Amino acid sequence: MGFYVTQFMSGLAQAATLFLVASGLSIIFGVTRIVNFAHGSFYMLGAYMAYTVSDVVGGFAGFWGGIVAAALAAGVIGVVMEMVLLRRLYRSPELFQLLATFGVVLVIQDLALTIWGPEDLLGPRAPGLEGRVRILGQAFPQYDVFLIVLGPVVLALLLLLFKWTRWGTLVRAATQDREMTGALGVNERRLFTSVLFVGCALAGLGGALQVPREAVNLQMDVSMVVEAFVVVVVGGMGSLMGAFLAALLIGQLQAFGILIFPQITLVLVFLVMAVVLVVRPYGLLGKPPAAARGAAHAPEAPLRPAGLPAKLFGVAVLAVLLLLPVVAGQYALVVLTETLVLVLFAASLHFMMGPGGMVSFGHAAYFGLGAYAAGLLTKHMDGGMLAGLVTAPVLGGLGALLFGWFCVRLSGVYLAMLTLAFAQIVWSVAFQWTAVTGGDNGILGVWPAPWASAKWVYYYLTLAVVTGAVLMLRRAIFAPFGYAMRAGRDSPLRSEAIGMDVRRLQWLAFTAAGAMAGLAGGLYAYAKGSVFPTFLSVPASVDALVMVLMGGVQTIAGPLVGAAVFHGLETEVVRYTDFWRLILGGIIILLVLAFPKGIAGAADAWFGSGRSAEGRA
Amino acid sequence: MNRFARTAKSAVLGAVLAATATTAWAADPIRIGEINSYTGLPAFTIPYRNGWELAVEEVNAKGGLLGGRKLEVVSRDDSGKPEDAVRIASELVNSEKVVALAGTFFSHIGLAVSDFAARNKTLFIAAEPLTDAVTWEKGNRYTFRLRPSTYMQAAMLVEEAAKLPAKRWVTVAPNYEYGQSAVASFKALLKAKRPDVEFVSEQWPAQGKIDAGSTVQALNAANPDAIFNVTFGPDLSKFVREGTTRGLFDNRAVVSLLTGEPEYLDPLKGEAPEGWIVTGYPQEQVDTPEHKAFRDAYMKRFNDYPRLGSIVGYSTFQALAAAIEKAGSTDTEKLVDAMKGLNITSPLGPVTFRAIDHQATMGAYVGKVALKGGKGVMVDWRYADGAKYLPADDEVAKRRPKE
Repeated sequence: MGFYVTQFMSGLAQAATLFLVASGLSIIFGVTRIVNFAHGSFYMLGAYMAYTVSDVVGGFAGFWGGIVAAALAAGVIGVVMEMVLLRRLYRSPELFQLLATFGVVLVIQDLALTIWGPEDLLGPRAPGLEGRVRILGQAFPQYDVFLIVLGPVVLALLLLLFKWTRWGTLVRAATQDREMTGALGVNERRLFTSVLFVGCALAGLGGALQVPREAVNLQMDVSMVVEAFVVVVVGGMGSLMGAFLAALLIGQLQAFGILIFPQITLVLVFLVMAVVLVVRPYGLLGKPPAAARGAAHAPEAPLRPAGLPAKLFGVAVLAVLLLLPVVAGQYALVVLTETLVLVLFAASLHFMMGPGGMVSFGHAAYFGLGAYAAGLLTKHMDGGMLAGLVTAPVLGGLGALLFGWFCVRLSGVYLAMLTLAFAQIVWSVAFQWTAVTGGDNGILGVWPAPWASAKWVYYYLTLAVVTGAVLMLRRAIFAPFGYAMRAGRDSPLRSEAIGMDVRRLQWLAFTAAGAMAGLAGGLYAYAKGSVFPTFLSVPASVDALVMVLMGGVQTIAGPLVGAAVFHGLETEVVRYTDFWRLILGGIIILLVLAFPKGIAGAADAWFGSGRSAEGRA
Repeated sequence: MNRFARTAKSAVLGAVLAATATTAWAADPIRIGEINSYTGLPAFTIPYRNGWELAVEEVNAKGGLLGGRKLEVVSRDDSGKPEDAVRIASELVNSEKVVALAGTFFSHIGLAVSDFAARNKTLFIAAEPLTDAVTWEKGNRYTFRLRPSTYMQAAMLVEEAAKLPAKRWVTVAPNYEYGQSAVASFKALLKAKRPDVEFVSEQWPAQGKIDAGSTVQALNAANPDAIFNVTFGPDLSKFVREGTTRGLFDNRAVVSLLTGEPEYLDPLKGEAPEGWIVTGYPQEQVDTPEHKAFRDAYMKRFNDYPRLGSIVGYSTFQALAAAIEKAGSTDTEKLVDAMKGLNITSPLGPVTFRAIDHQATMGAYVGKVALKGGKGVMVDWRYADGAKYLPADDEVAKRRPKE
């Protein structure tokens, strides 16, 4: 009995930490609609800053004062991020801020390494709460009791803040209907800045409170951010009570899940999210968002078929790509082949994200399925390369067909998070099913057929496949199917009213995107010679998202440009400096500020293949 | 700009100068490509880099290799991704014209590069990756490995574990191949020595995300006599703190992989778990002449004490230099043949790269953790020579594909 009680309480303590971080994320998203990818970084900064204060000042005051100071400092850094960066992006396409915060993540990773060094830093135990209490004969840390109490206290304080202060009223109003709040004369800027302060301070507080429980380390940011998102989405975006319930649910399932099935640790939170979202599309306590009035974002200009200059430009690019092997060395061919594959990967994500209006945080699942199709065929059936390249889009498409059926029932960030959940489930299968997939050690020896093994031959093969596939995607966008898809995105109600089955259209688009991503994955597998679970991990999905956003989600050329620029930067910057994350993050931030509509979007506006979206707004 | 980038730059500059000076043919540098997870695992890889830099400087100070050719290293970060490591390997071989590859930390990255090496017929010395597969199931002609594998380290600990009276064991290990194979080897080897032991519970926290409170509690509930731990890094410090507070380690033996390495023991400071039986590296106490010379040179050069990573970096490049001298050439096939059975005197003692499976016989220190002066140290330790903890040759031959 005592054991189950303490296990329950361990779950509660874990839930308290999760809740603190997630509540900040939820408030920020609720009001500003920013998907703050850097939230985990504020959590990590909070932990480091609290460690430093308690290390320098020492003792009781140093520890508890350090926690308060770290939370406040994290809040202030959040304000700086809002004023310098995010404020300039509120009129950009949805999720563009995600790209900016991704840049911030990279910069903070390198800064933290430079400031605090590579070693894990073990802080003091909490003064006054070092020991343990006995609960029904079981030892339990005093500090965890403190956390269990603190979680509900912070929840209550936040609820009171929202209920009884003018600021809270405005935040609730903006969460429910941002445009209306703005129309009523509320200073949105000040509100957003203050919300960023509170949200980031909560993240910092969550991190600072971890100091007595774990050594502060450089991986804290990534390990927390995804889980915080899961909690927010399971609870329902913008709902504090929901986030609290979700944190409790996940904390308890974790605590008791490992008793029955210890291997579940990899995937548990994502299973929970998938089940919750399938049953309740807006999370436990979330409400469907207010109907968008299109005031925040100017409507997109309709996509136009390429004019003659654009076509000529495309042919010229292709001609250059065809001639490149004459001058390019072996390594340049390797990088070019990879870039082409990533172009297709990004184009497939753009297909569902841009014209389809469905953002995916887990597109790497289908890319990875394609790669595993090639890998498994080689490993278990001695299948050749051509068979692999045929199977890859099939498996990617089948995966998308299955998961897409669930995903298209949702919309917006909920849809995106469900794709993430499915991607993580696929990932954990690849990671854990060692007998079939080789586990995290992957599948080796997936090399091209002998006739295609020369670098230049494989490059031409990739170029042919990718060009064909990208043209097909482009063709689909301008086919009746593409028009219907765009109609469904811009006005689902009207589309339904004129007899289009929007959900089915989205399902098809989802599947097509998955198949194309699978094809890219198959090409990638043979280019690399091996397949690993990292192909379908979160960072791979994020990379695809970054490429699409960087290029510009509202143009068809966007993903192509984005993939080339991002991959080019990544491979080149790494060659010249150890601080590649700092440089890459800095470049992303500058690009975001210089091209708030993506690179291709900016080029589009400049050279004006028609009126820009801005001109019509 | 940091030291590493400078090295890389001067390496490039040097190559350009050498290429333009036609008379300098004999003094052409010998270039080695080096790949590791510098941003992914800086706590290990930065001391590691210091180690190989020291080795390269020493080789060059003695006049280089093959009659005066300098050793040059082109080093790259793999950002913790195997697919990036493969691209970088291709860059190093094709455009930087390196004669051999070395490095890597994570097992999957080591395997990816080893597969690349086999296909492109390039020598690769896997410095750190511990998976048994590098030299056994996925072994190939072109890949050698320096560090004692998971199997060897588990075998070293089993020797101590078998002496304990404990009968009921539990295990806790990160949920990936390293953790799984460590636990599997430990169980199999301990059962062989002590048929009376039983394993009553196991925990598999996700790497880097241990929910320490619940994990500790769950292990406690199994009421074991002893615990086998494989977690390391941030997970370890969480586990140790929660376990200490909740009394998991009271009156129980704990046998733990890698915990005695300065990389993992030192961050625990005054909370290092006393009495744990660990593998590691008591750098401040090893007083063999070869280790003293190494440590003094290292401290002088970097004003810091060496970590285990420093030994790994240093010995990897010691081995490469020795192989080049022995081969008398930078031709890959000759280098591979030279690596087979190569003997070097590493700071830890003599090491042989076995011809049968390309595994080096580098060992590890096995001892107990104690607290001295507010920090964890190893006591009652001995050097376990890796050669003694490998399975019989015919068993190795069964696990390794024929060339």
